[in-house]
Amino acid sequence: MADTRVTLGGVELKNPVIPASGTFGYGYEFARLYDINCLGALSFKGTTWEPRFGNPTPRIAECTAGLINSVGLQNPGVEKVIAEELPKLQACFGGPIIANISGFSIEQYADTAALLDKEEGVAILEINVSCPNVSHGGMSFGTQPDMAARVTAAVKEVTKKPVYIKLTPNVADIVAIAKACEEAGADGISMINTLLGMRVDLRTRRPVVANKMGGFSGPAILPVALRMVWQVYEAVRIPIIGMGGVSRAEDVIEMMLCGAAAVQVGAANLVDPFACQKIVADLPTVMEKYGIENLKDIIGGAHHG
Amino acid sequence: MKQGIFTVCSNRPLTREVYEMTLRGDTSAITAPGQFVNIKVEGFFLRRPISVCDCGPDSLTLVYKVVGNGTEALSKRVPGDGLDLLTGLGNGYDLSSAGERPLLLGGGVGVPPLYRLCKDLIAQGRELTVILGFNTVGEIFYEHEFKALGAKVIVTTADGSYGQKGFVTDAMEGLNYTYFYCCGPEPMLKAVYKASATSGQFSFEERMGCGFGACMGCSCKTVTGYKRICKEGPVLRKEEILWQTQG
Ligand SMILES: Cc1cc2nc3c(=O)[nH]c(=O)nc-3n(C[C@H](O)[C@H](O)[C@H](O)COP(=O)(O)OP(=O)(O)OC[C@H]3O[C@@H](n4cnc5c(N)ncnc54)[C@H](O)[C@@H]3O)c2cc1C
Ligand SMILES: Cc1cc2nc3c(=O)[nH]c(=O)nc-3n(C[C@H](O)[C@H](O)[C@H](O)COP(=O)(O)O)c2cc1C
Ligand code: FES
Repeated sequence: MADTRVTLGGVELKNPVIPASGTFGYGYEFARLYDINCLGALSFKGTTWEPRFGNPTPRIAECTAGLINSVGLQNPGVEKVIAEELPKLQACFGGPIIANISGFSIEQYADTAALLDKEEGVAILEINVSCPNVSHGGMSFGTQPDMAARVTAAVKEVTKKPVYIKLTPNVADIVAIAKACEEAGADGISMINTLLGMRVDLRTRRPVVANKMGGFSGPAILPVALRMVWQVYEAVRIPIIGMGGVSRAEDVIEMMLCGAAAVQVGAANLVDPFACQKIVADLPTVMEKYGIENLKDIIGGAHHG
Repeated sequence: MKQGIFTVCSNRPLTREVYEMTLRGDTSAITAPGQFVNIKVEGFFLRRPISVCDCGPDSLTLVYKVVGNGTEALSKRVPGDGLDLLTGLGNGYDLSSAGERPLLLGGGVGVPPLYRLCKDLIAQGRELTVILGFNTVGEIFYEHEFKALGAKVIVTTADGSYGQKGFVTDAMEGLNYTYFYCCGPEPMLKAVYKASATSGQFSFEERMGCGFGACMGCSCKTVTGYKRICKEGPVLRKEEILWQTQG
C-alpha cells in the first residue's frame, strides 16, 4: 500500500498535494465540484492588512504552457477574511489550512500574522515576501536577504504557528535569501512564486496586461522551480514546500526528489478545476510505477547516490 | 458549474469570420441566457470563454468570431470531435424586469447571447424589438433567426450597406421600450448607456484566468462593490456600472 503521508514541521498531511495561494480562492468554489477533503492542505488567497482591489484589468495574459497574472493581491483584508471567508473555508475543508500573508511594511506583515495566529483553524502561516516594500522605495522584501530576515523575525515574534517564507524567484541568489530566513527563525520555505514576465498584443501593439508586467506561472516554469528547490535544499535544513508548474502526479514526485517535503499546485487549477483531485488520485499508481512505497523516503532523493 | 465533454455536431461559417457551432452534451448547469461556457482548445493553456447562444436539454449552440489562434483552431473542429467545456458560468440576464416591450441591442459577436434571451422573453409573451448592429453587410448574421422567433428586427450597418445606416443607438431613437438588454463591444455599451431612456442590463467581457471565480483575474469595480465578470457578471445592471474602471 502506497503511503502518501508527509509532515510539514509538526503538521501531518495525508498527502503532499496543496492548492497554491491565489488559484483556489477560499476553497468553496471547488468544494461544489468535488470533496476537497482529499487535499493534503490548502493555501488560501494572499491576505493583506487592508482590503485591496488590486491592479487594473486586463490582469491575465496567456502564454505557451502558462499564464501571466497581475491580480495584485485582491482580497477583502484580514478582518473580513477571518470573519467571512475562513468560516466558509472551514465548513468545506477539515484539513490543515495555510494562511498566505502579504504586506507592504514589516508592521503590516506582523499585524496581519498576529490576527491570523489567533485562528485555531489556521495551521501554518505562509509569508509571501514578493510584495514591494512601500516604506523602502518599492523594492520587494524578498529580493534582499536582510529584509526577508527582518520580515521573518517580525512574524516569528507574534506567532507560535509554523512560519513558512514564500520566496520570489526574481532574484540573483535565492539561496542567500533562503538561508537568511532560516537564520531568522523560519520553520520552512515555500517556493517559488511567479516569474516576472510580459506579453504584447500584436493587434494593439500594447502590453496585454494593464500593469505591463506580471507573474508568469504554469507548466512552463517547472524546470526553473525544480532547479531552485534543488539549490535551496542543499543549503537549508528546514522543510521546503515546492511549487511552480506542477500539474501531474509525476511532477509532484520530481519536485519531492529535488527536496520538497510537500508540493503546491497553482495555475493548473485554473484550467482544470479538478487538477488537484486528479493528482491526489493518481499518486499511488505513479508511486507504484516508480517503486515508491513511502513518499517521505524520496524527499531530496535526487541529491544522493 | 459543470465540466463535461461535448461532441461537435456542426461547425459552419455564418460570415467570413463568424462561425456557428452546435454541440451535444450535458447542459444541465446552464440556468439563464447570457451565461457562458469556457472551452478547452487543444494546444492552448487557457480556456476560451464563449456565450451560450442557444441551448436545449442536451444541445448547445455557440456563435463565435475567429480573432486569434484559439478561435481559429476552434473553427477547424469537425462533427464528431470532442470538446472539454465548463458550463453554467456567470450570472446571465435577469428576465424579471423586462416589462411589456423590452429592447435587445447586439453589436457584432455581442449578438449571440441575445438569441436565447429573445426566445425566453417571447415565450413569456413579451413584445420584442431587436436591434442588430454590424459594420457592413458581409458581417450580418442571425437576422432571419431572430425574425423567426417573432421579434421585430432592425439591422444597422455603420457603412450603410444594409438596413439602417449608423449605429444601434441611431435606431434606438423614437422607439418605445420598457427595458433593454445590451451586448457588444465596449464603445457600443457606453453609447447605449448614454442614449437609453430606461433601465437595462449590459453584458461585459474581460480576459479570464479561470472563468469560475477562483483567480480574481476579471474583477471590476461597481457601485455595489467589486465584482468578478466571470461570477457576479458578465451581466451588470445599468445602475451599478462604473465606467472609468472598465477595461
Ligand atoms: C463572458 C464572455 C463571453 C464571450 N462570448 C463570445 C461569443 O459569444 N462569441 C465570440 O465570438 N466571442 C465571445 N467572447 C470573446 C472570446 O472569448 C474571444 O474572442 C476569444 O477568447 C479569443 O480567443 P483567441 O485565441 O482567438 O484570441 P487570442 O487573442 O489569441 O487570445 C489570447 C488570450 O486572450 C483572450 N482573449 C482575447 N480576446 C478576448 C476577449 N474579447 N474577451 C476575453 N478574452 C479574450 C483569450 O481567451 C486568450 O486567453 C466572449 C468573452 C467573454 C469574456
Ligand atoms: C492568478 C494567480 C494568483 C496568485 N496569487 C498569489 C497570492 O495571492 N499569494 C501568493 O503567495 N502567491 C500567489 N500566486 C502564486 C502561486 O501561489 C504560485 O506560487 C505560482 O503560481 C507558481 O505555481 P504554478 O506554476 O503552479 O502556478 C498566484 C498565482 C496565480 C496564477
Ligand atoms: S476569471 Fe478567474 S475569477 Fe474570473
